[in-house]
Parts: sequence; C-alpha cells; structure tokens
Amino acid sequence: MLATPEVALALFIGSIGGVIIGAIPGVGAAVAIAILLPATFALPPIVGLTMLLGIYGSSMYGGSLPAILINTPGTPVNALTTYDGHPMTQRGEALRALGLAYGASFIGGILSILALILLSPVLARVAPMFGSREIFLAALLGIVLVIIAHRGQTFAAGSLAAFGILLGTVGLEPVKYTQRFTYGFEFLTSGIDLIVVVTGVFALSQAFVLLVEPDQAPERQRVEGNMFKALLGVFGFKRIAVAGSGFGTLMGIIPGVGEFTAQFLTYTYAQKTSKTPELFGKGNPEGLVASESANNAVPAAAMIPLLALGIPGEALTAMMLSVFYVHNVVPGPGLFRDNMDFIYALYTSMILLNVIVVIFVCLASNWLMRIIRIPTRFLGMTILLLSFIGIYSLRNSITDCAIGAGFGLLGLVLKRQNLPIVPVILGMVLGGIMEVKLRAAMARVKSPLDFVDRPIAAIIAAAIVLLIAGHIWGLIRERRAALPEAAHDHDIHDSHTR
Amino acid sequence: MRRIQTLQDLFRRYRRPGDFVIAALSFGFALFLAASLPFQVDWVDRTGLFAQPAFWPAVSIALMVLFSAMHLIGALVSERIPGRLAEVVQWVKALEYVAWFIAYVLAVPILGYLPATLLFAIVLTLRLGYRGWRWIGAAALFAVVVVVLFRGLLQVKIPAGALYDLLPPGALRSLFMSYL
Repeated sequence: MLATPEVALALFIGSIGGVIIGAIPGVGAAVAIAILLPATFALPPIVGLTMLLGIYGSSMYGGSLPAILINTPGTPVNALTTYDGHPMTQRGEALRALGLAYGASFIGGILSILALILLSPVLARVAPMFGSREIFLAALLGIVLVIIAHRGQTFAAGSLAAFGILLGTVGLEPVKYTQRFTYGFEFLTSGIDLIVVVTGVFALSQAFVLLVEPDQAPERQRVEGNMFKALLGVFGFKRIAVAGSGFGTLMGIIPGVGEFTAQFLTYTYAQKTSKTPELFGKGNPEGLVASESANNAVPAAAMIPLLALGIPGEALTAMMLSVFYVHNVVPGPGLFRDNMDFIYALYTSMILLNVIVVIFVCLASNWLMRIIRIPTRFLGMTILLLSFIGIYSLRNSITDCAIGAGFGLLGLVLKRQNLPIVPVILGMVLGGIMEVKLRAAMARVKSPLDFVDRPIAAIIAAAIVLLIAGHIWGLIRERRAALPEAAHDHDIHDSHTR
Repeated sequence: MRRIQTLQDLFRRYRRPGDFVIAALSFGFALFLAASLPFQVDWVDRTGLFAQPAFWPAVSIALMVLFSAMHLIGALVSERIPGRLAEVVQWVKALEYVAWFIAYVLAVPILGYLPATLLFAIVLTLRLGYRGWRWIGAAALFAVVVVVLFRGLLQVKIPAGALYDLLPPGALRSLFMSYL
C-alpha cells in the first residue's frame, strides 16, 4: 500500500512541509492542515492522510528551532522548549540544544508509534466491545476532559464546547427531518460544515491576528558543527526521553488532554528526579529533552482513539476524521477488524516520516532559519489568501467563505483573549457522535442503570464521575491555599492549540 | 457579594483586557439562543426524549447559559484590567481584513484565480506598508506558486474566471480555463 510514488511523494511533502510550517512562528500545523484539507479529498485516503500526518508529526521538530535559537516557539507546544533551549543558546550551546531537541523528538515519535503497533492487537480485541453506549460515554469523557483540562478557563471552555455541540446540530436533522436553528435561511439547511469552522477559527483567525498586530521578523542565527553527532547526545538522557515518550503516549490516547499536560508531567518528573533541579528553566538539557520527547509522542498516540473508536481527541485528529469520512473509510471497531493493512500502512508511514524529518532537520537547520524570517504581516497576507482554498474549494460557496470569515473573527477574539479554540471543534465533532450513539443506545435501555451494566461502559462512566469530582475537589483544595487575585489573575499558559 | 467573590476565588481564571466584553457577549448570545429555542426546533409526538430533535440543541444551550453566566459573574467581580477599549478596537480593526477577504472571494469567479490572487497579493502587500520591487516580486511569486500548486497540480475545485471567456479560443484559453 505504501510502495507507490504518490504515497512516497505525499510522505516527503508532508514531512518536509511540516517542518517548515512548524518552524515559521505564527503558522503551525493546525493552520496548514485546515488549508490543505480539501485539497486532500481528491487523493486516495492513504495518500491524503499520509500528507496530513506528515505535517502533524513533523511540525514540532521544526517548532523547536526558533524556540531554541531566537526564544520564539514555532508552534505553541514548543513554548516549554524555550525555557531551557534558549538559555543553552545564550551559553553558546545552540548546536547541543538543537541536537538534543531533535533526538528527543525522534525518540518520542518512534516510541509512541511502537506503542501504537504493540497496542494494535489489543485494540483489535477491545474495540469491538465498544457498542453505542460505550462510544457515547467515551465521547462524553472527551468533552468533560477538554473542559476540565483548561484549568483557569473552565467556564469559557465549557461554554465554547457547548457552542460547538450546538453548531453540530444546525440544519436539517436526519431522523425526523425537522430543521434546527436555521432561522429560515436556506444556506443553513445543509448545516455548518466542520471544515469551514476549522479553517475559520484556525487559519483565517491567525491571518487576522497577524495582520492587526505590529510587524515582527525573527532575527538571524547560525548553527555551526555536526548536528548528527549532537543528536546522539540525547542517549545521555535516555531515562527522561523514555519517560517523556510514555507520558506523551498516555496523554495522547486520552481524548481532550494532549501535549501541554504531557509536557507538564514530564517536566515535573524530570525536575523532581534531577540532580540539578535548580537549573530547570535556566538551560538544563534534561528540561529540554522532557519537553520535546513528550510533545512529539502525542501525535501518534492521538491516532489511537480516532482509529479504534472514531473519536478524535483533539483538533488535528478531528480534521483528519473528515478525510476518513470523505473516502467512506469509517474509523472505529470495524477498521481494525477489516482493514489491518491500512492501519499498518499508516504506522509505517509515521515511522518513515520521523526518519525523513530527522535527516532533514539535521541537514537544513541553517537554511530553515533563513526562510522563516518572513515578516509576520506579510505572512498574514499569505495565510489570508490561502484560507480561501480551504473554504471555497469545498463547494464553491461564497456563503461558506462569509461564514468562515465570521468564525475567523471569533477565532481572533479567542486567540487574543487566550481562550481555547479546541473545545468548539471537539464539541462539534463529539456532539454529533453523542447524538447518534445516545439515540441508538437508549432504544435498548429501560432504566438508567442499564446504561452502565457492561464493564467498559461502567468504567468510563465511573471515570467521568471521578474526573468531575476530582476537579472540583482540586479547586476546593486550591481555594484553601488561595492566593490573592493579583497573584493568579493573569495568563500562565497559551491555550491556542489545545 | 462576598459569596460571589468566594466563588470567583474557587474558579481561578486567567484574564486579559476585554474579558468582561467577551463574557457579556457570550452570555447575551446564549440568552438569545435560549429565547429562540422554542421557535427553532420541533417537538415530535410519540418520540422519546433522547430522540427528540430538540434534545441536543436544548442541552447545549442550557450548558452555554450556565457556563457563560458563571464566566460573566467571574468577570463582574474581578478587578478591572486596563485596556478594554483598546482591545475591542483591535477586534474591530480586523473587520478591514474580513472585507479584503470577502472582496477576494467575490473577485475570483469574475477575474479568475490567477489574476485575482496576483492582484490581491500585490495590493494587500502595499496596503500593509511593504514598499519596493522586492516585496511586490515576492507577493507576485507567492500568488503564482499558490495558483500553479493548487489549481494546476492538485486540481483543487475552483471555477474558471468569467474574464477568461474573453480570451481568444485556443491553447492559451484552455490553459487558463483548466489550470490557472
């Protein structure tokens, strides 16, 4: 399946393109995937998915380059990399820092794919045990997690997730054929397309953000020395890299959590077990390895709930779900039973992309630093014009473009307010899944307890209750040790891509 | 008020200037949706609650009202961060680029993908303050690469411009119609 020129080309374009996109501050994988999504509909599923996976899996490699050299993360998940990466550059250890970042990313990427491969037989057995009620509960778990994972922004995340669920219901519903929230507008009868929303809130909004803000152009930095040798330095931090890969894989599997939590857990672990914890944040290589191994382990792991249950855990896999649907490939229990070739082809392409990327970044770091020096407003202009393709090519609709522009404005406000965008997308996707699965499940349920009378359903339901209770308990405990408002009433993190 | 302050402390929030505006807007929007609910969804007879077309819109709007009300209460009892108006002005400033985008969308079916992209890339570059042939050349190169890549190579569905009909029949017209 993989040994075709189309797949090889897609893999090459996706992985190299992903590194470049990741290295340019202000673009990021979400913007690129949103723009490219409709272009991949015309391609065979394995080709389209390989290209998008290439971008998804390689952008974080690229994002570490400006994070380390110029203290500007290429993608938001590289923000933690600046803490220790840039101080190393200031000490004259740029080559070592980049080598460690690439090496850690490679280990994270490869180990998470190996975990995926080893888990496949288990998934193939467990996935068929997921009936309607289990999938409903898993989707509900995803919604709960995406809300409570945004600590400090729980209300906004909840409101946005609910808005996403509502967006998914707009239009003619397919069971009773009644119209919902169309306000008499014919163009709303067919609903609001996920891709229009995705391109609006990720790509167009980013264009607007860049266009209204003052111009910036990264300064130039050069790296001298043998990058391949520097990359091997990561084997001096095997324990941290393996821990980061483990946390990344685990957090990737759980819907709605993702890179930030994985990085936080790994960084905390690395600091607690370090002989020099006081150097974290001041150029400790362990901190750098923790950050990069954890974030790069997430993309492969995030494919697990998508492939096994058809449930995307975050925005990028939600976008990929639409590629599956367009090609009538329905991810879920049946995929592992009937289409193992396809699954293994995906795994192999993910391994190959990590190899291609690591070779590319080792050879081309200086060249990459030259091409990322695009001024931000010029970059905004290019994203604005490219977003047109992402929306208009869907069905040549000017109305879609106007709706997309509306969501672009919403995305701009959310980004400037540092409010999360991902709950809208996950609400839209998971809301649709919940509606269908709950309706099917309730046909066979007589009392509420029947809903959780199967082991997996009971486990997921218990997890949901425990998570909500744990979250509230955590807030109460924090309240007891409360700081004055001025001490916490500000941004501590960037939530743009979670 | 003290109880509300306690609630605010319980749910720590990370805010930026303009938080109150977004909280008020989202609460107002949620109330508008709640008021529209009886008119925008149907209740179908002899159908269970969970299969009702109104069920999920009602659940989502109830959650929106609840969460946005909590957000608004939090914003009301929080200390004001200076810079609210300046932040809202930034949101309004983005409307100019919405207009540019819509103008571009309207221009493509008339001028054609290549001419419209060339025109808007160059004019927007000048509007953003980049001067000189270097920037104009970069914008033009970007426009050509995008059109050739997406319409020429990837064959993304973008209709030919009405202006292309004015070209004399022949190879050039076919080229523009099919690839540019």
